[in-house]
Amino acid sequence: MSSIEIVDNTVSQLSLLLSEKKLSSFEITQAFIDQTNRVDDRVHAFLHLDEKNFLKQAEESDERRKNGKTKGKLDGIPIALKDVISVEGQPLTAASKILENYISPYDATVTRKLKDAGVIIGGRLNLDEFAMGSSTENSAFGPTHNPWNLDCVPGGSSGGSSAAVAAREVPISLGSDTGGSIRQPASLCGVVGMKPTYGMVSRFGLAAFASSLDQIGPFGKTVKDVSLLLEIISGHDPLDSTSFPREVPAYGSLIEDKLEPSVIGLPKEFFGEGMDQEVRDSVDKVIDFYREQGHKIIEVSLPTTELSIPVYYMIATAEASSNLARYDGIRYTSRSKYSENAIDVYAKSRGEGFGEEVKRRCILGAYGLSSGYYDAFYLRAQKTRTLIREDFNRVFDEVDTILTPTSPTPAFKFGEKSDDPISMYLSDIYTISTNLAGLPAISVPCGFTKNRLPIGMQLIGKAFHESELLSIAHAYDREHNFGCESPQLV
Amino acid sequence: MNESETNSMDIDYVSNLARIELTVDEKEKFRGQLGDVLKYFQKLQKVDVEGVEPTAHAFPRYNVWDEDSPKEPYNIDQVMMNAPQSRNNQIVVPKVVED
Repeated sequence: MSSIEIVDNTVSQLSLLLSEKKLSSFEITQAFIDQTNRVDDRVHAFLHLDEKNFLKQAEESDERRKNGKTKGKLDGIPIALKDVISVEGQPLTAASKILENYISPYDATVTRKLKDAGVIIGGRLNLDEFAMGSSTENSAFGPTHNPWNLDCVPGGSSGGSSAAVAAREVPISLGSDTGGSIRQPASLCGVVGMKPTYGMVSRFGLAAFASSLDQIGPFGKTVKDVSLLLEIISGHDPLDSTSFPREVPAYGSLIEDKLEPSVIGLPKEFFGEGMDQEVRDSVDKVIDFYREQGHKIIEVSLPTTELSIPVYYMIATAEASSNLARYDGIRYTSRSKYSENAIDVYAKSRGEGFGEEVKRRCILGAYGLSSGYYDAFYLRAQKTRTLIREDFNRVFDEVDTILTPTSPTPAFKFGEKSDDPISMYLSDIYTISTNLAGLPAISVPCGFTKNRLPIGMQLIGKAFHESELLSIAHAYDREHNFGCESPQLV
Repeated sequence: MNESETNSMDIDYVSNLARIELTVDEKEKFRGQLGDVLKYFQKLQKVDVEGVEPTAHAFPRYNVWDEDSPKEPYNIDQVMMNAPQSRNNQIVVPKVVED
């Protein structure tokens, strides 16, 4: 099999080829490195790739296999991580100048779990600085390009993670999702991306943006691959006090079980103005598919939908302004050379080290938390967040899953929204409320526009019902496999 | 709080609170953009939240205890390797007390 053929395989297929000894982990890893070298000068999904270390891990995996000591299904499969997830001894920049020279002193819990499962970890993937953005244009090291159209953004903030899978530079990747940062780029790049229930995956070792909303989650070409990866990274972690003590089901095999007819809700507020017609048409076909499969489709209402953007941007910026206080030029970030006293070190190091969107959000967050404005902004947003959760609870009394588009439009052009924060914020309108409610949600590719830009649909599940959510997503995905189509980059 | 109080921002005051030094151009740009964002946030002022409890976490957990026992610490090189300025395994900081 040539390297170009190897990279088109899903993880499930690669895992089979490994167990049948038709390919080695070294050959697989080399094939993905070759592909990265062919395309990444145009895509720019990677911020860092240590090829030698990558291949060394692959050799170790092959050695384990030879000795009958394979650690599991994904032993020997390569992965790359969004550059906010710590890997001991590797850089972590969060796409920010302020962390340009930072090296992680320890592994994130998800990293340790991947290592325990024998997954080959290589490379750091691009993002919007500190995961703040919806286009990857906010990276201090230059944007990532959408593999389906290099003039378009890949979405964000995990744009490197989605583009790397779409461009076949890795078969799977990890990202983080605070308001849609996994699902929106998955949709714009035509791959599968999932945000688990808040508390299912440990956040230890993830550079924090908004701690009550952040979740790490998987990307892949298929729902099956994403399920296999989720199984590895999930589970309780004593190092993250918000992590939930729950059993992790065997998602990868459970999704193959026969699916009982269920009830799918379509929130009428999501299907209103602002949705692109081609997106609408694709999602209508998904609705038809589920109906034909015997599921009941009903209209539901989430009246607080329009409040989710202001609530989100108030809460997320407030938490960010507090979380990012640690980047102060003292212990582990670059320090301004022009400072005269301690306050100056903070203000100048942050002024020089942060990009525009990060500054804008920290200032907005500080404003919402400041004396005299706290009640009107931050507290009010937290109370409205309760109303948003109650909306979902009410709907989930009636339905098993909620179906929506992932993003109102396909990928947009560079610069189209970068000077208009509100229009950029609105590109997360369908994804944001699930983070506020802590629910699991997945974006699955469901077609293309006539200009060959991918379209994604979103399925939202009940809290901690990942198995059911993945099963219903898999039922569609295994029949359509849009994530397995390749962009013409080679 | 009336509308004009909640849709404008004293950018000098808030950027100082956030400990971020802004250039003159950034101040000008942010003043307009953040003003627009605050205007957009007016939607929140109209929501009836009387008697509603705030949500800080979707699924809060309380009293998460850990065994009070020593663990393996990071070694000094790991701790110091990212410090912008250090001497004798200590981080050098600007003077914070008056003469």
